[in-house]
Amino acid sequence: MADYKPLQFHVPEPTGRPGDEPDFTGIEIPAAGSAPRPPIDVDPSEIKELARTMIRVLNTDGVAVGPWAEDIPEDVLMHGLRSMIRTRAFDERMMTLQRQGKTSFYMKCTGEEAIAIAFQQALSKGDMHFPTYRQQGILLAQDYPLVDMINQILSNAKDPLKGRQLPILYSVRDYGFFTVSGNLGTQFVQAVGWAMASAIKGDTNIAAAWIGDGSTAESDFHAALVNASVYQPPVVLNVVNNQWAISSFQGIAGGNSATFAERAHGYGIPALRVDGNDYLAVYAVSRWAIERARRGYGPTLIEWVTYRVAPHSTSDDPSKYRPREESNAWPLGDPILRLKNYLIGRGHWSDERQTQAETEFDEEVRTATKEAESHGTMGSGSSPKEMFECVFKEMPPHLREQRQKMGV
Amino acid sequence: MPQMNMIDAIRDAMDVKMAEDDNVVVFGEDVGYFGGVFRCTHGLQEKYGTSRVFDSPINESGIVGTAIGMAAYGLRPCVEIQFADYIYPAYDQIVSEAARLRYRSAAEFTAPLVVRTPCGGGIFGGQTHSQSPESLFTHISGVKTVIVSNPYDAKGLLISAIEDDDPVIFFEPKRLYNGPFDGHHDRPAKNWSTHPMGDVPEGRYTVPIGKASVVSEGADVTILTYGTMVYVAEAAKEETGVDAEIIDLRSLLPLDIDTIVASVKKTGRCMVLHEATLTSGFGAELAAQVQERCFYHLEVPIERVTGWDTPYPHAQEWDYFPGPARVGAALKSMMEAV
Repeated sequence: MADYKPLQFHVPEPTGRPGDEPDFTGIEIPAAGSAPRPPIDVDPSEIKELARTMIRVLNTDGVAVGPWAEDIPEDVLMHGLRSMIRTRAFDERMMTLQRQGKTSFYMKCTGEEAIAIAFQQALSKGDMHFPTYRQQGILLAQDYPLVDMINQILSNAKDPLKGRQLPILYSVRDYGFFTVSGNLGTQFVQAVGWAMASAIKGDTNIAAAWIGDGSTAESDFHAALVNASVYQPPVVLNVVNNQWAISSFQGIAGGNSATFAERAHGYGIPALRVDGNDYLAVYAVSRWAIERARRGYGPTLIEWVTYRVAPHSTSDDPSKYRPREESNAWPLGDPILRLKNYLIGRGHWSDERQTQAETEFDEEVRTATKEAESHGTMGSGSSPKEMFECVFKEMPPHLREQRQKMGV
Repeated sequence: MPQMNMIDAIRDAMDVKMAEDDNVVVFGEDVGYFGGVFRCTHGLQEKYGTSRVFDSPINESGIVGTAIGMAAYGLRPCVEIQFADYIYPAYDQIVSEAARLRYRSAAEFTAPLVVRTPCGGGIFGGQTHSQSPESLFTHISGVKTVIVSNPYDAKGLLISAIEDDDPVIFFEPKRLYNGPFDGHHDRPAKNWSTHPMGDVPEGRYTVPIGKASVVSEGADVTILTYGTMVYVAEAAKEETGVDAEIIDLRSLLPLDIDTIVASVKKTGRCMVLHEATLTSGFGAELAAQVQERCFYHLEVPIERVTGWDTPYPHAQEWDYFPGPARVGAALKSMMEAV
């Protein structure tokens, strides 16, 4: 008789579901300042621990500590904070627009603002993001016109994308913002290709790839890492680990077996795991990885640890799949509040100025929304004729015929 | 004029474009040092260097995905998927990305890339080295689909494809690489040196995408076909004596519907012939369009002769392959039907 016991099938479960108390005891949070800062030409094998720890700069007293604490110019910090406040104001207003039936769909980035914004601030003109749908901060940090963003969200007569694309899947080449797909993971490897092209041409542009914790399970994540490993292109591979992929916790993407940063080790790609709600850490690590890429030392993978405070989109209700109080219990706090307190501590900011900024951006977004709405809402003002354009550079006969048949 | 087989012609097209345009890069599995399993890129790495001609990891979605990023940057990648049977991992990148960049970005980003891939059977490749998946690409919006049948067209169409500002899927029937093949597998193989389409000019010339070629004129039946089946149709015509007009479509999308309609209206009979499986094959689209436009000129129902709806078998290759006997029988029955 063989002594084998019946095998057991394993499906990971999150630490809590609706009705449970939030439990983040499994997330180890090292002290701010404890992670070393290597030179940019470091051998990836020497910094493996940086994929398991968490690079943090702001301590609990709101003071910047450790080797990653940089002397960041005040205007950069102020712009970072203001862009985060502005992004949150924008998200709130757009959510309302969707509830009012003026657009079909929206996705907020609440709680994750620091990542896109600080990273963007560390980039240069000519670089290219391959964003996911939750990096609106990239555009908002660059003062891309709000009205154009809202026109796209409303799919109205002034929509830069002519009503063809789902709301928020922007495309803004001049702002280094690659057209967002909506299919997950596909663009991670495209960023690698874009960076390869920059190197083939002998340019100095770098690419920033973006993906979520859930989508690292996609085959294209592997394709991106293997190509980045083989060809060593100037690309920063960003994994935003916001703990939830719609209703699936990060363990369903394999996050309980190893950190997402550790995925890079099998490819010999240096990886850093960072407190994504710590603006100062995000900015410093972004600069490190970007400089490394631009100096020709190849790819870096960064896992940004954060929490998706918002629902996945306007189409789901998180109270149906996670503890109601979980976002309040998130141990890394709120990125806006943390930077605000740091700046107040340094004497650059105050509660009054914070309130003023919130009001200012709320009004700015309201005004822009009003202007955008004057061009139509929820597809009104879009032209059916546009539907047939841009399928190809020149319209082939069969599409011309179909357009005529439709009578436009 | 130089004589070339289809491998030489395809390589020459890439050579011409690479010499002319620094933005043209070539990569894929085994295409670099080795020059490709069918030798289509032989010598290009030596001539243009490893930064323009290189091997890729065995990851088709990675090949097309990186090519899309490169194309968006401004390069013109011409990549190889080693067998069309391996293209499925890249399907998402082709359908959801390459085909859609222009549309969804209002032309801010485009993907001018070429995916070359050998297709079709006749080499005892079994189900993973013999398929003809062309209809999977004509069914999506935003890519052009080309299938070549001879060295002259292959070079001219590949140059057109590389110069095209939209993505092109470029099918190369592997059984035609070394010579025209009429389906008589038991007879000695022919090579391109005795065929007029093996005369391939040096330098740059183009064959336009979207134009069919009437390879053999006739009065009684129009045969709409492409790739290897062009030669099967010719053999069936000769062996049955049926006066068939054979049209090599060359480009499935865009489709040269005018040439098709003119021919069917003249002959009053239409056969659709392809190696791919029957159901939802490109022949179904051709049959639909022909009946929409030529219904009152048709004397008999449109006939489809294709591969069977099975996976491409190994030992039964010649039972699967729609050879001249099946085509000939169908031609005769179409003539006898009225």
